[in-house]
Amino acid sequence: MPLLSIVTFLPIVAAVILGVFLRGDDAAAQLNAKRLALAATTATFLISLALLVEFDPADTGFQLVEEREWLFGFTYKLGVDGISVLFVLLTTFLMPITIASCWGVTHRVKEYMIALLVLETLMLGVFVALDMVLFYLFFEAGLIPMFLIIGIWGGKDRIYAAFKFFLYTFLGSVLMLVAMIAMFVEAGSTDIPTLLAHQFDAGPLSLMGWQIAGGMQTLLWLAFFASFAVKMPMWPVHTWLPDAHVQAPTAGSVVLAAILLKMGGYGFLRFSLPMFPVASDILAPLVLWLSVIAIIYTSLVALVQEDMKKLIAYSSVAHMGFVTMGIFAANQNGVDGAIFQMISHGFISGALFLCVGVIYDRMHTRDIDAYGGLVVRMPAYAAIFMLFTMANVGLPGTSGFVGEFLTLIGVFQVNTWVGSLAATGVILSAGYALWLYRRVVFGDLIKESLKSVTDMTGREKAIFAPLVVMTILLGVYPSLVTDMIGPSVEALVSRYDIAVAAHGADTMIAANN
Amino acid sequence: MATILLFAPLVGALIAGFGWRIISETGAQVVATALLFLSCLLSWWVFLSFDGETYTTSLFTWIESGTLFTDWAIRIDRLTAIMLIVITTVSALVHLYSFGYMAHDDNFKEGESYRPRFFAYLSFFTFAMLMLVTADNLLQLFFGWEGVGVASYLLIGFYYRKPSAGAAAIKAFIVNRVGDFGFLLGIFAIFWMTDSIQFDVILPMGAEFAEMTINFLGMELNAANTIGILLFIGAMGKSAQLFLHTWLPDAMEGPTPVSALIHAATMVTAGVFLVCRMSPLLEYAPAATNFIIVIGALTAFVAATIGLVQNDIKRVIAYSTMSQLGYMFVAAGVGVYSVAMFHLLTHAFFKAMLFLGAGSVIHAMHHEQDMRNYGGLRTKIPYTFGAMLIGTLAITGVGIPTTYFGFAGFFSKDAVVESAFAFGGDLGQFAFWALIVAAVFTSFYSWRLMFLTFFGAPRGNKHTHEHAHESPWTMLAPLGVLALGSVLAGAVWYNSFFGHTDSVARFFGVPYAEEGAHGAEGEHAEAADAGHGAEGAIEEIVTTEAEGEHHYVFTGAPGEGAIHAAPDNHVLNDAHAVPYWVKWSPFFAMVLGFAVAFWFYIVNPALPKQLAANQRPLYLFLLNKWYFDEIYDFALVRPARWLGRTLWKGGDGAVIDGGINGLALGIIPFFNRLAGRAQSGYIFTYAFAMVMGIVVLVTWVTLSVGG
Repeated sequence: MPLLSIVTFLPIVAAVILGVFLRGDDAAAQLNAKRLALAATTATFLISLALLVEFDPADTGFQLVEEREWLFGFTYKLGVDGISVLFVLLTTFLMPITIASCWGVTHRVKEYMIALLVLETLMLGVFVALDMVLFYLFFEAGLIPMFLIIGIWGGKDRIYAAFKFFLYTFLGSVLMLVAMIAMFVEAGSTDIPTLLAHQFDAGPLSLMGWQIAGGMQTLLWLAFFASFAVKMPMWPVHTWLPDAHVQAPTAGSVVLAAILLKMGGYGFLRFSLPMFPVASDILAPLVLWLSVIAIIYTSLVALVQEDMKKLIAYSSVAHMGFVTMGIFAANQNGVDGAIFQMISHGFISGALFLCVGVIYDRMHTRDIDAYGGLVVRMPAYAAIFMLFTMANVGLPGTSGFVGEFLTLIGVFQVNTWVGSLAATGVILSAGYALWLYRRVVFGDLIKESLKSVTDMTGREKAIFAPLVVMTILLGVYPSLVTDMIGPSVEALVSRYDIAVAAHGADTMIAANN
Repeated sequence: MATILLFAPLVGALIAGFGWRIISETGAQVVATALLFLSCLLSWWVFLSFDGETYTTSLFTWIESGTLFTDWAIRIDRLTAIMLIVITTVSALVHLYSFGYMAHDDNFKEGESYRPRFFAYLSFFTFAMLMLVTADNLLQLFFGWEGVGVASYLLIGFYYRKPSAGAAAIKAFIVNRVGDFGFLLGIFAIFWMTDSIQFDVILPMGAEFAEMTINFLGMELNAANTIGILLFIGAMGKSAQLFLHTWLPDAMEGPTPVSALIHAATMVTAGVFLVCRMSPLLEYAPAATNFIIVIGALTAFVAATIGLVQNDIKRVIAYSTMSQLGYMFVAAGVGVYSVAMFHLLTHAFFKAMLFLGAGSVIHAMHHEQDMRNYGGLRTKIPYTFGAMLIGTLAITGVGIPTTYFGFAGFFSKDAVVESAFAFGGDLGQFAFWALIVAAVFTSFYSWRLMFLTFFGAPRGNKHTHEHAHESPWTMLAPLGVLALGSVLAGAVWYNSFFGHTDSVARFFGVPYAEEGAHGAEGEHAEAADAGHGAEGAIEEIVTTEAEGEHHYVFTGAPGEGAIHAAPDNHVLNDAHAVPYWVKWSPFFAMVLGFAVAFWFYIVNPALPKQLAANQRPLYLFLLNKWYFDEIYDFALVRPARWLGRTLWKGGDGAVIDGGINGLALGIIPFFNRLAGRAQSGYIFTYAFAMVMGIVVLVTWVTLSVGG
């Protein structure tokens, strides 16, 4: 049974059904659209649970592989390994929650649901594609529904945000495309497992008078880096994210923060690290320092934000800094931590944007100064917001801690400066997160506009429930994740070490001759 | 058994926090309190039946990644057992006390339920603290460490309507995080050196750390010293040592039972516990222990000076706590960990009682906390007065030196002072004199508090004084129990913590050998001592002591028993042989402080005001707490905010966006035109660009394959 195909394409099938059969824009039709979307995403999630049964963590190769002939002599090839399987589950887990969170939307509901469903398919495709062309298609096409979500259902400066997003991503993608062509030329295949096995030339190269260490690998690495770094986003190409978040509707922000950002990290793990190990080794210090700058810089910027969403967006950039740092520490702790951090950040940042959504729906402002003392009238909200604030701060016992800790302990063994400076993130994150919480939730409720605000409804609580469970469960028993990814990461890291060592030996021999 | 002990408070917290609607507010309070008394009972059972053998129960895996492996586990040794009784006893009593104290609170409006939440937080705190002390690895310890931090944060900010409470809560959390930063780096360094953070693995390696070097921040450093200092930075945050202490006085914003439990008896002593737990490593880290002594002694002194002039009754006790924590660190720093734990134990009793007594006073005076508005309360609230008197006698260390008559604080404080003296050298002398001066101040401000509160004429609001009333039994009973502890704890456990080496060794489960027979039967000890060349030193000490008793030495290898003493560490033995004037000096310090306080506040009450006026700069310097808050605000908080703003507006705005916009200057008009034409026009442009990309790729591939 083509399990991965079913999981990947079920949402888009539902989108087609919606588009073709649902007529009208009255309340009943809107409700039907939401119900169908919720049913489809829930079904996708339930089916994807079969992955847990079918997937064997001990096997470090690709599993559940499907391979078919496709257009123009390309191959349609899907499969998962320990690195990608949990991203699939993260996506299918979060989409029903996202759909449920837009129950209150009334503007062009059918199209909204279609956009979200298409987006789900495209995101899943990125994580399961085992052919470079297929990967590229999913990777780039995913931006279209996201654009529509921001552009149609977004805030008042959505044009600017979408433009910025476009400019950044487009430049990165062009370079990645060029690199992919070059890879095909050299390896003669677009098949990802084949490319993983291929050794790209790392001999020194002279380009326009510049001596390039790592040669071809370095050039390819840089091209991919341009795309993934924007996607992560890494400093200094992060400025599109706060704007996009601020303009996006709640569901858009949730998907963007929780899933879309992870594509960059996944890309590093799927392409950069295993395919260009020598270049990764040469350029790792660059990434590590950019990560540290991101952590400190964006945390400081988050400290002075006045818009709730912007603050959380900047905190996302800081947390993604831990991810890139962990990946390019290139040891088991670091990479385990990076993957864990991505999964965990999916739950936590998603929940935080939902938290903003809850009060935005009531007060129609994201301005921090417009709030204060919400705990008086919204105790349940205060409790849930507190939990995710603490998870964001990386409190042990929540999933936020595990990723931060593992990436830090991983990178500390590589570079104590980077490890120590990045660890200041634990102080700064406490600063901005608690400062936000205090201004919104604590204090006396004296603002006239807030006097009649109501606490969370049953539906809202139900949306948060699974996120609360996952955040605590993964914080207390993180083996759920590390058992799944461990063997694959171990294989990845050991292949990487061997490749780097072999290159080092080659260089020695060359030097001696 | 231990599992029930550990999880009972968590269950209590969950029931009180989430189930109170079902079982009523009172029900929630009763359940949480009952479960804590159960936990307390089991703790005493564990403590009294403990035979010195460490045992560990693993629950399930926590974090596992490559060679990093940690369990959720319960590890019981003597240190843990001591902490268990301290935590659960004080916590159970504070729960009971809170029935009365929290019954009415003007910070909440009619109909708002805050009591279940308060009890849930208290119980959760207790659970986190128990996790901290029962950890069998550094990471679980860190879990408890952060857990108590959160509980502290929530309880300091409990009166959420007060802006000052919110500010104090954040401050406490962030200052603690500064310490945690050091703690985390310490954990990373240990893992890097040993590939483990399990106590079973790292503690026996104590001596080996001294041989290792760590490349930290581009410097080649001694691993033991580096790790010791990093971990101690963590302890400085949690235990409010100098430079990371500013949160503790502000933490008094929390309800008074919280101050007693968290900010006096238990959480703030976690740093001391950590240092004692890591004794097998610190014994081989002389630079780190010297650092601990300096910071501890300075803290004891500075905090005591500030305590002299504060007017808020809780702040006086808070600074007193900070000062006493400094004593504990000095004891640990000089290598007599048993004495550090001794002072921790006795301090928990008398300081919790002082705080609960202060709470009773505040309760009686309708939440008035300024001592200038007290006076003459002795007759209005006699039981509270009695309890506070016992607490004051205990903290000032009343007792007759060289005998077994005295209050708890007398035994433990004198033990600290004597150990500091016995440590010797300039550092020992410095610590000794700092602690003696601090003892004078302690005695002064403690009696000042007593005289201002309970003696003299009533001051302040007459109405409040007329309605001053004694507290209910739920508040007085805990005071009684703690009073018992404050009187007896010192005498009862003196031998176990500060007796002769053999009794201390037996108590802590550390192997020991008789000095005379050391060479013959101490094979095991020989092996451990080998290479340290300490034999001679020990022999020398023993021969200088001419009391004709049997003498013993600690012989365990690092990691054997709950605490460790290096072969050349003979401070415990020496401390018993200090000159008589040293043994008497804390006594004189205590009398001097009392006499001055008596003269200032009973005999000649006008004097303090004159003195404050004459010595105005000094007075203001102390009243403003050495201006630490102002300096930090100026040097750290403002620059951070300025930097954030600059990076945001300047870095993100002008440089990055500006640069990219500049680059794209040629493209923008083009897209603006598109955007003007159709709202989402360039989305399709984008899609088009992507499709074009695919076409290019496909063409290329087809051509290459064809070619």
